[in-house]
Amino acid sequence: MSLTSLLAWLNAAVTFGTIIMLGSVGEILTEKSGNLNLGVPGIMYLGAIGALAGAFFYENGNPAPNAVISLIISIVCALIASGLGGLLYCFMTVTLRANQNVTGLTLTIFGSGVANFFGGSLVKLSGGVGQISVAAASSAYRAQIPFLSQKLGIISTIFFNYGFLTYIAILIAVAAGFYLKKTRSGLNLRAVGENPATADAAGINVTKYKYLATTIGAMIEGLGGVYYVMDYIKGTWDTGGGIEALGWLAVALVIFTSWKPISAIWGSFVFGICYWVYLYIPGSISAVLAKAVGTPNPSHMQNLYRMIPYIVTIIILILVSKRKRRDSQNPQSLGISYFREER
Amino acid sequence: MDDRSAVRMENVSKRFGSIIANDHVSMNINYGEILSVLGENGSGKTTLMNMLAGIYYPDEGYFYVNGKEVTIKSPHDAYKLGIGMIHQHFKLIDVFTAAENIILGIEGSRTYDLKEVNKRVREIAEQYGFDIDPEQKVYDMSVAQKQTLEIVKILYRGANILILDEPTAVLTPQETSRLFKILRAMRADGKAIVLITHKLNEVLELSDRVTIMRKGQYITTIPTPVATEQILTEAMVGEKVTLDIDRPMPVNPVKRLEIRNLTVYNDEQFKALDNVSFDVYGGEILGIAGISGSGQKELLEAIAGLQRIEEGGSITYYDPDGNVRELTGVSVRDIRNLGIHLSFVPEDRLGMGLVASMGMTENMMLKEYDRGRSPFVNRSASEKVADEVQKELDVVTPSLDTPVRKLSGGNVQKVLVGREIAAEPIILMTAYAVRGLDINKSYTIYNLLTEQKKKGVAVIYVGEDLDVLLALADRILVLCGGKENGVLDARSVTKEEVGRRMTNLVSEEKAS
Repeated sequence: MSLTSLLAWLNAAVTFGTIIMLGSVGEILTEKSGNLNLGVPGIMYLGAIGALAGAFFYENGNPAPNAVISLIISIVCALIASGLGGLLYCFMTVTLRANQNVTGLTLTIFGSGVANFFGGSLVKLSGGVGQISVAAASSAYRAQIPFLSQKLGIISTIFFNYGFLTYIAILIAVAAGFYLKKTRSGLNLRAVGENPATADAAGINVTKYKYLATTIGAMIEGLGGVYYVMDYIKGTWDTGGGIEALGWLAVALVIFTSWKPISAIWGSFVFGICYWVYLYIPGSISAVLAKAVGTPNPSHMQNLYRMIPYIVTIIILILVSKRKRRDSQNPQSLGISYFREER
Repeated sequence: MDDRSAVRMENVSKRFGSIIANDHVSMNINYGEILSVLGENGSGKTTLMNMLAGIYYPDEGYFYVNGKEVTIKSPHDAYKLGIGMIHQHFKLIDVFTAAENIILGIEGSRTYDLKEVNKRVREIAEQYGFDIDPEQKVYDMSVAQKQTLEIVKILYRGANILILDEPTAVLTPQETSRLFKILRAMRADGKAIVLITHKLNEVLELSDRVTIMRKGQYITTIPTPVATEQILTEAMVGEKVTLDIDRPMPVNPVKRLEIRNLTVYNDEQFKALDNVSFDVYGGEILGIAGISGSGQKELLEAIAGLQRIEEGGSITYYDPDGNVRELTGVSVRDIRNLGIHLSFVPEDRLGMGLVASMGMTENMMLKEYDRGRSPFVNRSASEKVADEVQKELDVVTPSLDTPVRKLSGGNVQKVLVGREIAAEPIILMTAYAVRGLDINKSYTIYNLLTEQKKKGVAVIYVGEDLDVLLALADRILVLCGGKENGVLDARSVTKEEVGRRMTNLVSEEKAS
């Protein structure tokens, strides 16, 4: 395997990982408040379509769109769209005390429906598949750090070959880790997710924490959608359900990290490496494996490789369920709505 | 007005739907005094104090703290007024350390300095004689340690008015006397202490005044020196009651179970029972004493076939026809069919044994599902059983089909115990059968068990209240950390002796 293709593999893994990193860090914050939001894919969809639609309407018909303005518009639209998704979830589960699982799953269906409806419309408006043009915004998202990405040889290729959201994602993960571990408010948030009755008795506003953590978490998840649509598929719309698959991987990653944002950084890259195995495994290895399984065509092996991230997820879930330490378990009240006067 | 007055309540009322929990209650709490609030379950004593602590909000009435009228909308408001409450179910976060629990919800700088908190906690601990490690995680703590943490938590916030809701329910006698010493030290320090309880001996031993509540209403307040058990009980129940448990001598007891070298690992791969051996006789009540979590649950479950028993242990059953059977490796259903019945009342009462959303009839049916050949269930037979249980035990329920979760705790327990008795067991095991029940209802259950004993049933009773255990059982098996620590004659042994054995192994004492 050549160095070039190894590096390409790493780059692809990081790009892919950034999306699920954002998704899972947002979901970690959400789950730390005791809200099991299974609407992550839906919220990522909302963020994605928000960003795309915002940039599209600014750039479409504008002869000389400004890349920075387009970028800001798209981010703001994405945050609003995904934040609203989070708020809707909170209103349903915290205020109306609806079942969290059902609400989350419905939110996923809702988000994907809304996004694909408008995504399809945008495709029509712009005259066909692949014709959506948000070139300015997309190029701004994919712009690389001028000096660092060019002049440091292999270091540039490994570490500085990405758009700015990758670094923002890492910063958010680190900040979330610090917040949960070191701040008073983070301590309160963890208490809300562990035992809301206790937090309530300690004078913590449970409802406020649940709303804030879930909405801010949803906004972070929305950024994952932004990255997907602007950087990963370079400013187009994909009706193939690609976001949804990534959204579920983000939920799995939350468990993998045992609810630690910092672990989501390397965890997401590991997931990325697994995901791209099928493209980068050298043909010679495939040939040997194909012989071993008894298929005539080595390219058939690709289909098996594609299963790897999902198999890894299953193995991880099994390992996690065996984990005994109380500190690496899910927040105790995860998935349970809280009502103070319930007896 | 008395300048020691800490809290004055006037005409406080609280309703939950159609139930009136508190009906125009007025009372006083003073500094430098321990006040007991005594009442049966459902008398509204906890609800009343919950309002003072900001958990519930009153429908009407006034609170005065330090002479000023106040509105307490949340626990936070209560803390600001110096009021702190220690709830029956501890409000602690298991995965946090003691110090993290203590500073939870306290306003301050954005980040916090745990070292500073640890130092301050150690200072408080020294002042009143607490034994606490601020860096210990709550899930590693014993019940007594958790309670200590709750008290320290409240003192850390500068509370001067402390409310304790049934603090001794989960403690051994030794731990109880340690707690009382601390409470006295706090009283000497000028704090106002409210003790919610239904244990008369504690009231008489510790408090300065007793306020009695019944059915949501304030009855009276008596200075403790003039109070007696009889006066208090009558005020609490509203009628004359006899507080004696009838304990006939066992009539020619027959050996029913022979348990030898029983070792059981629990779900956490922790040795819950370690080489336990004893015998169970028909016609007597065998009490099992021990701090909670000493292996009581595992012991009963092992007999019922719910736990895997380690190699070398044996449970031998002698049935009334003289047959001998080994029970290890026999399925749960077969054991049940032999007449060995378990009624386990877990902490939340409904968790094991009853299905909360089903009515009495359906709950009776749960244990009959495999009778008969028809693919359809036979409702009428279970309905008859449910009807009998309801009449005989006087279960208060709107109908046999009302979901049992809507019944009060006492009635739920009657259903649970009643179902097992209705099956005419040969061995009846009950754990915490009176958990959370008030005096009157507890005695109903004790009498039920004694009646079973008179019929020749072998009764195994796991209990929390040592006084009751000593009055009800014929023999007492003491468990200490999963080890058998003596089988004692309940008629001659002292409470102190049992308490000591619950915490210290006899063999180790001799060795040292």
